[in-house]
Amino acid sequence: MIDFTAWDIVRNLLLAARWTVALSLVAFALGGLVGLLVLFARVGRAKPLRWGAVAFIEVFQGTPLLMQLFLVFFGLPLVGVDTPAWFAACLALTLWTAAFLAEIWRGCVESVPKGQWEASASLAMNYLQQMRHVVLPQALRLAVPPTVGFSVQVVKGTALASIIGFVELSKASTMITNASFQPFTVYGAAAAAYFLLCFPLSAWSRRLERTLHVAHRN
Amino acid sequence: MSLIEIRDLHKRFGAVEVLKGIDLDIAAGEVVAIIGKSGSGKSTLLRCMNGLESHEAGSITVGGKVLLQDEEHLRALRLEVGMVFQQFNLFPHLTAGRNVMLSPMVVKGLAEAEAKPIAEKVLARVGLAEKFGSFPDQLSGGQQQRVAIARALAMNPKALLCDEITSALDPELVNEVLAVVKSLAADGMTLAMVTHEMRFARDVCDRVLFMHQGRIHESGRPEDVFASPKTPELQQFLGALS
Repeated sequence: MIDFTAWDIVRNLLLAARWTVALSLVAFALGGLVGLLVLFARVGRAKPLRWGAVAFIEVFQGTPLLMQLFLVFFGLPLVGVDTPAWFAACLALTLWTAAFLAEIWRGCVESVPKGQWEASASLAMNYLQQMRHVVLPQALRLAVPPTVGFSVQVVKGTALASIIGFVELSKASTMITNASFQPFTVYGAAAAAYFLLCFPLSAWSRRLERTLHVAHRN
Repeated sequence: MSLIEIRDLHKRFGAVEVLKGIDLDIAAGEVVAIIGKSGSGKSTLLRCMNGLESHEAGSITVGGKVLLQDEEHLRALRLEVGMVFQQFNLFPHLTAGRNVMLSPMVVKGLAEAEAKPIAEKVLARVGLAEKFGSFPDQLSGGQQQRVAIARALAMNPKALLCDEITSALDPELVNEVLAVVKSLAADGMTLAMVTHEMRFARDVCDRVLFMHQGRIHESGRPEDVFASPKTPELQQFLGALS
């Protein structure tokens, strides 16, 4: 039997944590892009797009992320798409992130007072000009702290990708535990790794909330 | 020919009919005050003139062009008719100067170098040349409202609609805003204003409209309307104020 030193455990967890970070970054970046499209559909004027966006948001917010992972992982092969675990994890997490970010951002757009829409309309701006120059700049300031805060959920959400066999921090923990028979040490170290990833983000989010609030105009 | 012609205008919010057939002509250069109780439809009438509210029946014609409800016509109308709001509605993320420059640049496509002198001119017009770089939250309510007037003027409108523009101001700030409106009137700007400032209406306006239950109940020259109101409703309204 191989003897696992503490360093072996930590080293292997850190190697696996790279994949947690990579998956988080991909899900957050792509989820942000898709989320922006969903946001525009959600607050726009075209009714079919709005309904589509509402349906998308409700489905992804109303079902467990784990089911979404399973459906992508087992569903896409049924329609003939080759679906490795990393791809399924990226896709499911991206869509899940997009749904939540779109809803967070919708709240920010809608909290821009109606008078701002009316004033910009009375100055003959069209919808896109109103959005681009008046509403989104104000919504953005409101959106930054909760968006950064939500990134913590994305990092923790990546742990579920272990269940479809993607080797990130959680899956690596299980594998090391199975070999070392030291579950408490291994999972404790993994939890600490998650905390080290998440704590700076939530601290940053709180800080942004403070500074942006102070700088908030009007 | 009138600059603004309104014929048999009807507007309802759900079951409530707030405008029950308005006929109104406003000539170029005319200054019209619209008075009445809250709920009488006066703000709604003003907002219809800028297309911020749609109407169900009747017509609004500005400068000979009929206002249709599609986006193109609405924007064309708003190039002719500016609006100032009770709550100022300045863009809080932009300086006073940028508030004024935004629409000339975005809507009319002016370059920054062209828009800046315009902004400086209209801010000077409302007595705020030195506030070009101030953000709205660094200005008093009266100053914010004057910036809002300047912002509307920068689009060079033919008429300006003022919707209770002094109602949200502390009493000591009302006069600086009214002074600006008065000087615009003296310069020949066409003005339609919903107001509770009866003194101002009497001193500055050419005509006073009293609205009651969605209709223009009584109208005329301010000296007649205020001195000898004909209808009991207007008598009661003016009596409650004094």
